[in-house]
Amino acid sequence: MNPVRKRRLIVISLIVLAVGIAAALTVFALQQNMTYLYSPSEVEAGHAPMHARFRLGGVVKEGSIHRVPGTLTTDFVVTDRFHDMRVQYTGILPDLFREGQSVITTGLMQNGQFDASEVLAKHDETYMPKEVADAIAKAKAEHRIPAAAQGGGTR
Amino acid sequence: MIPELGQLALILALLLAALQCALPIFGAWRDHRPLMATARSLAVGQFVFVALAFGILTYAFLVQDFSVAYVAQNSNLQLPWWYRFPAVWGAHEGSLLLWVLILNVWTLAVAALGGKLPERFHARVLGVLGFVAFGFLLFSLTTSNPFARILPAPADGADLNPVLQDPGLIMHPPVLYMGYVGFSVAFAFAIAALLGGELQSAWVRWSRPWTNVAWGFLSAGIVAGSWWAYSELGWGGWWFWDPVENASFMPWLVGAALIHAQAVTDKRGGLRAWTMLLAIFAFSLSLLGTFLVRSGVLTSVHSFAADPKRGVFILGFLAVVVGGSLLLYALRAPKVAGGKPFALASRETLILIGNLMLTVAAATVLLGTLYPLVGEALNIGRISVGAPYFGFLFMLLMTPLVLALPFAPLSRWGNADLALWKRAGLRIVGLSILSGIIGWVLGARDFLPLLGVTAATYVLSGTAIYAIKRWKEAPRGKRYPLEMFGMLCAHAGVGVFIAGAILTRSLSIEQDVALSPGQTAHVGVYDFKFDGVAETQGPNWLAQQGTVDVSKNGETIVTLYPQKRTYPRGQVQTEASIHPGVFRDLYVSLGDPLGDGDWALRVYDKPFVRWIWAGGLLMMLGGFCAAADKRFRMRREATALEVSGATATTRIEVVEQNA
Repeated sequence: MNPVRKRRLIVISLIVLAVGIAAALTVFALQQNMTYLYSPSEVEAGHAPMHARFRLGGVVKEGSIHRVPGTLTTDFVVTDRFHDMRVQYTGILPDLFREGQSVITTGLMQNGQFDASEVLAKHDETYMPKEVADAIAKAKAEHRIPAAAQGGGTR
Repeated sequence: MIPELGQLALILALLLAALQCALPIFGAWRDHRPLMATARSLAVGQFVFVALAFGILTYAFLVQDFSVAYVAQNSNLQLPWWYRFPAVWGAHEGSLLLWVLILNVWTLAVAALGGKLPERFHARVLGVLGFVAFGFLLFSLTTSNPFARILPAPADGADLNPVLQDPGLIMHPPVLYMGYVGFSVAFAFAIAALLGGELQSAWVRWSRPWTNVAWGFLSAGIVAGSWWAYSELGWGGWWFWDPVENASFMPWLVGAALIHAQAVTDKRGGLRAWTMLLAIFAFSLSLLGTFLVRSGVLTSVHSFAADPKRGVFILGFLAVVVGGSLLLYALRAPKVAGGKPFALASRETLILIGNLMLTVAAATVLLGTLYPLVGEALNIGRISVGAPYFGFLFMLLMTPLVLALPFAPLSRWGNADLALWKRAGLRIVGLSILSGIIGWVLGARDFLPLLGVTAATYVLSGTAIYAIKRWKEAPRGKRYPLEMFGMLCAHAGVGVFIAGAILTRSLSIEQDVALSPGQTAHVGVYDFKFDGVAETQGPNWLAQQGTVDVSKNGETIVTLYPQKRTYPRGQVQTEASIHPGVFRDLYVSLGDPLGDGDWALRVYDKPFVRWIWAGGLLMMLGGFCAAADKRFRMRREATALEVSGATATTRIEVVEQNA
């Protein structure tokens, strides 16, 4: 191998190595920090991870907000209008958090309720995050299909 | 009647933009001077009509003409007059008009200041800018007309989103857009060079000041946005890796790379193709940012109810601009590797490392930002990529850049003096270790704050060593040309920013507490005594206002008045109360009432948070100073000067070359 070729080979293998390391690190970082969004119906159906963080999206159910007196702990119900999920959060809630408002909460399942470490409500009261709207639409669609199937069964 | 005039003005501007694109470029192609000469007057005409439209929209806000749908949606009778001006760009339609107006300001500047550019080149640049303006005016008129009427006119409007009723709205969008849109000039220069088959690198020198100014504005705009989020959103954070923040950060990163690549091309003739590619990417990312913000495809604090048509239009425009310019690039880009050779240890190599890191960082941010879209498209679920992804990769990628940063100015072009590296390196490392020891003595025991101090000292001392070396070696009056002064400022800004970012992150104390009136929360060395909440009133809001006395060792420092405002339509907005300081901010915001006069409070002690923005502003100053260098004053014979210095032998010229 002549020196020019040898040098090129070294340079190219270094580049390949660097790209490989960068890609591996990126994939690693992505996997560590990716969270999926589920609706209460999907959690109910067992699609959500039991021991890993995920995001729960839906609407804060009317009349479900309770404060634990003397603390910053609040519990409330997130619903997609088909299934409910009880959520507990300790901390200060965003300004737009209220009944009937769509929220995205991040956290873990703990003893059958969702233990949230973050609650997001968006800054425009008419705005529903697309993800939440999709999740609710999906829950709606899934809800209808089994209902139709049931109807067929009874006949 | 008046709003219709605004609409008419926009339509005329659209027509002029179409002409401004077609005539000069055709003229330059056929070498037809009268056609080329139309570029300037068309640019002026377009500016006049866009400014007229903008003025009319502002007027509609001032007189509260609610028959204009956009005014009715974003203003009401109670809105104080000083928010009626920035309300013009408070939502989609108006901010798009601001985008076009700022593009016109840049175009006008190029038309006025670029008079000494070669005629054909100047005509092409203005033509490309005309094309961009045409796209955006068409977008505005077809999908987001700010002058659309709503009849019958409502008696009162809705409201300007309370988050936006803040002085931040006056500053942040125009400055940010100056930066965003400013990259269109660097882009237009690159495309004009490609169109003309300009294989020389003279165009790079002409475009350098424009790039620097745009980047300076973008830095300032990002700083303003970060400061606004910190003071207004009530979370006390200054950067969230939100898709829309990323949208402005990606062009900033590529812009930083572009500034340095342009310097290499200008001074050494190298990296020509790369510089051109970066200019295309910087502007494409600006467009992508507009797409992300405006289409509502991503969930972010900035996404308001969106219209999918808009997303499709911008995506199409993006495809035309990126696709077209990359095609042109593929056909025309300088194929022959040009420029002077350089050794492995040289300034070029260090700048390349920096360029590589900045562009790869932009790419990872892009990946993380668009990943949720990919997930949705491939139907693998609704994914979000958390902030730690960005933080981790960004830190990792910036490490080599920060390590290389002090050495780049200390290296000669072509071939660096290794003995100098060694001497300077020993001093820099020594000073950094010393600063770490001082930090230890002052009480920092954790890894992160010590890292912040040493890393910041590393950059700052390296920059200072170069400044001293110049002071000693260069003759009086030639020590710090503005271009170099800008570089020193911006590099010092990096050091200040690092100190601010790492120290704020590691030393902040953040507590959410429930307090009854009279109770005290201890946060770090500070006592926050809560004195209850009383009602107060503003021009268009009612507020619950808390009183919090902050003291240290029994001595009162300041009394803070955080508010929870309620606006006419019942929207609630938290106003944090902040005691700013050079070394620390004390920050209180109100949470929710807990009954019996008790409140949830968010109490922060944030050391060095101002340094983050000070660093950003230093970078801005750097961009502006560098652009003002007299090296960039245009001369007709600029081409002849290109890659001079090659045979420079006298000492002064060597030093100059080293600059």
